[in-house]
Amino acid sequence: MTAVDPPALARSARRRRATRRADTAFRLVTLGSGLVVVVLIVAIGVFLFVHATPAFRKAGSSFFTEKAWFPDNSPARFGIAALAFGTVLSSIVALVLAVPVAVGSALFLTELAPRRLGRVVGYLLDLLAAVPSVVYGLWGIYYLVPRLKPVEQWLDRTVGFIPLFHSRAGIYGRSLFAASVVLAIMILPIIAAISREIFRQVPRADREAALALGATRWEAIRLAVLPYSRGGIVGAVMLGLGRALGETIAIAMVLAAAFKVDFHILEPGGNTIAANIATKFGLSGGAGRDALVASGLVLFAITLAVNVVARGVVYRTGLAAAEGKP
Amino acid sequence: MTAIGVGRISRRRRVTNTILCSLLGLAVLVALAPLVAVLVYTVQRGYHALSPHFLTRSMRGVGPLDKGGGAYHAIIGTAEQVLIAGLLAVPLGLLVAIYIVEYGRGTLRSVVRFLVDVMTGVPSIVAGLFIFAFWVVGLHKGFSGLAAGLALAVLMLPVVVRSSEEMLKLVPDELREASYALGVPRWRTILSVVLPTASAGITTGVMLAVARVAGETAPLLLTAFGTDGVNRSPFKGAQSGLPLYVFTQAGSAFDVAVRRAWAGALTLIVFVLLLTVIARAVTARSRVGVD
Repeated sequence: MTAVDPPALARSARRRRATRRADTAFRLVTLGSGLVVVVLIVAIGVFLFVHATPAFRKAGSSFFTEKAWFPDNSPARFGIAALAFGTVLSSIVALVLAVPVAVGSALFLTELAPRRLGRVVGYLLDLLAAVPSVVYGLWGIYYLVPRLKPVEQWLDRTVGFIPLFHSRAGIYGRSLFAASVVLAIMILPIIAAISREIFRQVPRADREAALALGATRWEAIRLAVLPYSRGGIVGAVMLGLGRALGETIAIAMVLAAAFKVDFHILEPGGNTIAANIATKFGLSGGAGRDALVASGLVLFAITLAVNVVARGVVYRTGLAAAEGKP
Repeated sequence: MTAIGVGRISRRRRVTNTILCSLLGLAVLVALAPLVAVLVYTVQRGYHALSPHFLTRSMRGVGPLDKGGGAYHAIIGTAEQVLIAGLLAVPLGLLVAIYIVEYGRGTLRSVVRFLVDVMTGVPSIVAGLFIFAFWVVGLHKGFSGLAAGLALAVLMLPVVVRSSEEMLKLVPDELREASYALGVPRWRTILSVVLPTASAGITTGVMLAVARVAGETAPLLLTAFGTDGVNRSPFKGAQSGLPLYVFTQAGSAFDVAVRRAWAGALTLIVFVLLLTVIARAVTARSRVGVD
């Protein structure tokens, strides 16, 4: 060690201290930002709850059993029975329609298509997610609903003995089925994107081992790819479900609002929690808005639960979800 | 394929293979059909309705049966609301991503990451209700463009975090180590080495996030509320937004309004898709990016 003059030593020590302080400050700022996320999620729940309390108090347990929605009347009569029913049923129908197409196309793009084609088509599928839901709604009313009518009539004629596919009045159109088709289109890209991500994680050796043993392409998919990715697909489907449950505007536009608990999905009419908030909000008074917030709290709780479970499943498959990734 | 089994694959297995592989191909076509249908139909209907007049006039004084009227006020509203959302969500989102990638450790880091993912699943209407309950009514601020910007920021935040996080992770550790070796402190390394390296990817993520929230209607209903005239101030009074405009015009029973809805839809879709395509092009040209 050569001799260093004391003032310089003190200067460098001071600078080191300043650096350390700046580093700590920056770390704390990023930590605080991270905590904002936690606070936000909690705050959403708390603020919705506070605003929903008057409505809960007024409706009591009938909030979960009543089908009608007249929160501004006196006496007020409102509940989410019909809304929750419509939300769940439309989402399930949408999943039934979307999952085979989404998983099938993801399989084709990762396993069968040439890599270049797979990437281009995958990109196009992602564009499907970029279309705003209000455009889907408009398109749904003017393009899809008229073209679905013959399909609905055909369904009624051929499998109409099942109540699900029967329209008692012989009217079709802005039905829960039509809304579910729009929903299916909207959740398809998410399920497809995450499935693709999951299929890509299947070890190449597994696939090649199957092919080397003489398996056909399909057998390789069935024996090597699908068993490996089952958990991840369940997660992807649940994320799609979360999206479907919360979708608002497209449903509010396509579905003719009606408050009923009815399995005849081809008949016009039905409603969901989210769509009801969008259509009723503008014309509601104070009590009505409180009631809408209460229904929104239920929706938040349901989607939160679905998302937490879904993310848990996807995480356990060892995959940081593909969503939000460009 | 020189496998011994080639000739021996039974007819049944071969047929099964052909049928199922074709079905998978068919799934792709089925998935792409709506994209084509939506784009073609929107362009068809919107093209005739779209005019310079539409882009430069508001709806003030336009009766339900009147022709004319435009979306100028709504375009201004959307521009301001999205700008506010971006100003809030981008810096915050970046800081959260930096926390997750550079500083975070242990359980808290996992919790933050997990909640960011969960937050991507919060329905947009719930974000609107939250700002309505917290800001519009709770703090007595009333409906405004700012409230809409806040709601959009809630939706934008997780998207920005997730994409920035991916990009920061792609920055090689050697770069960080080289910077430390030169005696550059950690926070300066992050700000002047890591962030610039990942900037192209981060830009893409931000643009995709903007494209996503620009098309949101549901939160606007509960926060900006909508109005017919031009309101340039995002801080005071109800404001319209382009998606909201399409929604209200589409709800009318009259043809003239529906025409305006299509014109609005076309404007919106062109903006959103352009942004999406440009965003991808930004990463395609740089080295640091996924795929």
